[in-house]
Amino acid sequence: MQLIAKVKKQISEFQYNRGYTPPLLITGILLAAHLSFGILEDYTKLGIAIGASMATELVLHRLLLGEWRNLNSAYISGISVGILIRSPFLWPYALCAMLSIASKYVLRFKGTHIWNPSNFGIVAILLLAYDNVAILSIQWGNNMWPMLVIWIIGFVSIWRLKRFHICGTYVVSFLAFAFIRSFISGDPFLAEIAPISGPMYQLFVLFMITDPVTTVKSKKGQYLVAFLIASVEMIFRLNEAVYAPFYALFIVGPVAMIIEKWWKEKQQAEAGSNVAVQQENA
Amino acid sequence: MQITMNYNKTAKIGIVLFFIGLLATPAALDKLDQWQQEGSNKEGQEQALDRYGFYMKDVASEVGIDFKHNAPQLDPRLNHIMPQVASVGASVSVSDFNNDGFHDLYLTNSAKNTENALYKNNGDSSFTNVAKELGVANLNDQPKKNGTSMGSIWGDYDNDGYEDLFVFKWGKPELFHNDKGEGFTRVTDQANLPSWINANTAVWFDYNRDGRLDLFIGGYYDEEINLWDLENTEIMPESFEYAQNGGRKYLFQNLGNGKFKEVSKELGLVSNRWSFSAAAIDLNDSGYPDLVVANDYGVDELYINREGKKFENMGNQAGMGFSPKSGMNVSFGDIMNQGKYAIYVTNISEPGVLIQGNNLWMPVTSSSEKELKFQNMAGNLGVELGGWSYGAQFGDLNNDGYLDLYVANGYISADKESDYWYDFSKVAGGHENIISDASNWPAMDGRSLSGYQENRIWINDGAGKFQEVANAVGGSLKLDSRAVAFADLTNNGTLDVVVATQDGPVKIYETRVKKEHSWIEFKLNGTVSNRSAIGAEVELYWDGRSQVQTVAGASGFSAQNQRPLHFGLGANPDVKKVEIRWPSGISQTIESPEINRKHTITEPEN
Repeated sequence: MQLIAKVKKQISEFQYNRGYTPPLLITGILLAAHLSFGILEDYTKLGIAIGASMATELVLHRLLLGEWRNLNSAYISGISVGILIRSPFLWPYALCAMLSIASKYVLRFKGTHIWNPSNFGIVAILLLAYDNVAILSIQWGNNMWPMLVIWIIGFVSIWRLKRFHICGTYVVSFLAFAFIRSFISGDPFLAEIAPISGPMYQLFVLFMITDPVTTVKSKKGQYLVAFLIASVEMIFRLNEAVYAPFYALFIVGPVAMIIEKWWKEKQQAEAGSNVAVQQENA
Repeated sequence: MQITMNYNKTAKIGIVLFFIGLLATPAALDKLDQWQQEGSNKEGQEQALDRYGFYMKDVASEVGIDFKHNAPQLDPRLNHIMPQVASVGASVSVSDFNNDGFHDLYLTNSAKNTENALYKNNGDSSFTNVAKELGVANLNDQPKKNGTSMGSIWGDYDNDGYEDLFVFKWGKPELFHNDKGEGFTRVTDQANLPSWINANTAVWFDYNRDGRLDLFIGGYYDEEINLWDLENTEIMPESFEYAQNGGRKYLFQNLGNGKFKEVSKELGLVSNRWSFSAAAIDLNDSGYPDLVVANDYGVDELYINREGKKFENMGNQAGMGFSPKSGMNVSFGDIMNQGKYAIYVTNISEPGVLIQGNNLWMPVTSSSEKELKFQNMAGNLGVELGGWSYGAQFGDLNNDGYLDLYVANGYISADKESDYWYDFSKVAGGHENIISDASNWPAMDGRSLSGYQENRIWINDGAGKFQEVANAVGGSLKLDSRAVAFADLTNNGTLDVVVATQDGPVKIYETRVKKEHSWIEFKLNGTVSNRSAIGAEVELYWDGRSQVQTVAGASGFSAQNQRPLHFGLGANPDVKKVEIRWPSGISQTIESPEINRKHTITEPEN
């Protein structure tokens, strides 16, 4: 009886933490895609990616900061790697997940990491192990309904997290640039917008470019950065880079973070010196 | 305080070194791989014989075979992507059509007004093309009306002792009766075959064990589409991996007297996947041949034969029905000498863009029907990464007692400096309304797509690993290969290799094998069973091991191997016995058959 009462009390006191939304959302997308279309060839590769990601997070965080870390972020990184990487071997899944997490602890600027972990890991593995990996680039069924359901659930969730404007800006910019690319290359407009209807972009738009830690803080800046990612992506696409969005985020994301931090420090310094002058004048 | 600072510094240095180590891992693995592959570079014949047990030499021109395949030219509205739409049609099938004891070759062509070839083996290491005089050459002269050739299979459908020829086409399929090896008579109309199928695969097999060969045909494009006269450009797959808008499947029951009845729907063979290859074998020891179909843009299908009354698609239950890829080949082989068949299905692998990997479906439990399960072990055995792979065959190329594997690769070899992969991947990931319309596909403009890829020759070490040796044994080939067939063209106890290339020449590789390695062959003649003995299973026991093989009515991609079953035996073999299980259910055992010779065995009538 005591146990039941205890459980009841815990349930009544449970408060949903917004931080649960991204891991739940990505798990939901994975389950829906796998149960509908069997996108995972086996669970081992996904398990290795999630396991390696979490283990790396636990060990590195403990070593550096002496405490255990919440694993939400590592879980998302691991599951992203598990879905996006395609390789007949097991080691790229582990390596990509470990690189993703380790980059957070090594590649830092003024106290924070500046690359989205999964984006860093995926670009690194593409550049370093080109012969052994590819990225998920095919549709989950090429059917309108699963695609729409994932986009709608994803956008609603992102709306609740107040980051919909980032996704919206990127998607609108992508469509506009698709029109320009079609004009330049002479390829059909539908061919240019085809990629955004695929799962690779769903993960990219819903999870990578909205990552709270590695996106700039000001809302105007977020609009601008989303637009710039789509712009740089267009340049990569005109040069026939298959994984253009990942490369674009890899370049634009950290540069934007560095500029924002530099700008903020400059503003703080100016504000500080103004206060000092005012105090002196007073 | 000092200790904490030192600890933090040490931890930071350690993490940075760990990170650098991670970054260096791919390069280190690559070096290791290069070091392991060093031994597989091109070697002289004697070194290759000593190390791998065989050596290959292209002898096509020496033996008088100068055949060149020409790709079809389809509706002009497909011109911008013609190389990828018209990317198949090169095929090879082996048969001793005149029963003179030597294997002959039938090769298909696909461009308008080109001729198919029937190369008669003269028995003196030379061949003569007799297709025209025997009436099986001109099948491509009116593509808009009759279509063009895609492949062929041989089977004695009327049990008269001579192998008849079936040619499947994008267009009207054709059946030719073999008139005692002296000519062929077109019998398509009386056989009740349909007027148009866009077929890329067909299989002769006796699905109901009535002693007459039946015929399976797998459609690729929808049969309503005339590729030379399109109604619209919505002819492409609706999905790159989940397409079900391809051609239907046909099963023609042989009624005797040269007549066939289409029974696919009533037997449950209903699918509109894009079939590229099919093959039949009894996988669950039921006595009835099951059917495996490799589909482009989709999953592999496994149809279990329920006593000749129904086919049940058990792909999902058997573990094969998930992971849609680009299936292009089905071949069977008892690669572990355990009396069970592995199934090899080829797919696409392009580094950095699309890595599907080929499938090697290995049986993982007992072969009882309820527990029929397969697991893809291609990666574990080292036969996963081929390229843009098409045909493949298992056969003991070095006669060491273990089945080796030949895999044909290469899609479109055009401009070496530019490729179409970016545009291809852009559209392949798109919604069905985009991908299915050819007009949405960007122009290829002479670019390559997975071109100039090398074929793979993997030799089986018998201990669960295959080693790639194509270059080392003289078998390096970088043409856009499609069909592969194995046949002992000189009756010297070695399997020679025939490779049909798209828009290119046919290659004939004569194989020289280490002298110490022995062999044995069995040519079976059915009496109660179908005369071709298709479906007969032969299990050979020697030196404490055994290997099982089945007479096939098609194998690989648009290909058929020699009819006799060839077993390599290794050095100084002690052959105990051979067991033959005929399609009729009759079993036969022959004790201590003589080695290094071909045995002709006729089915006992009780």
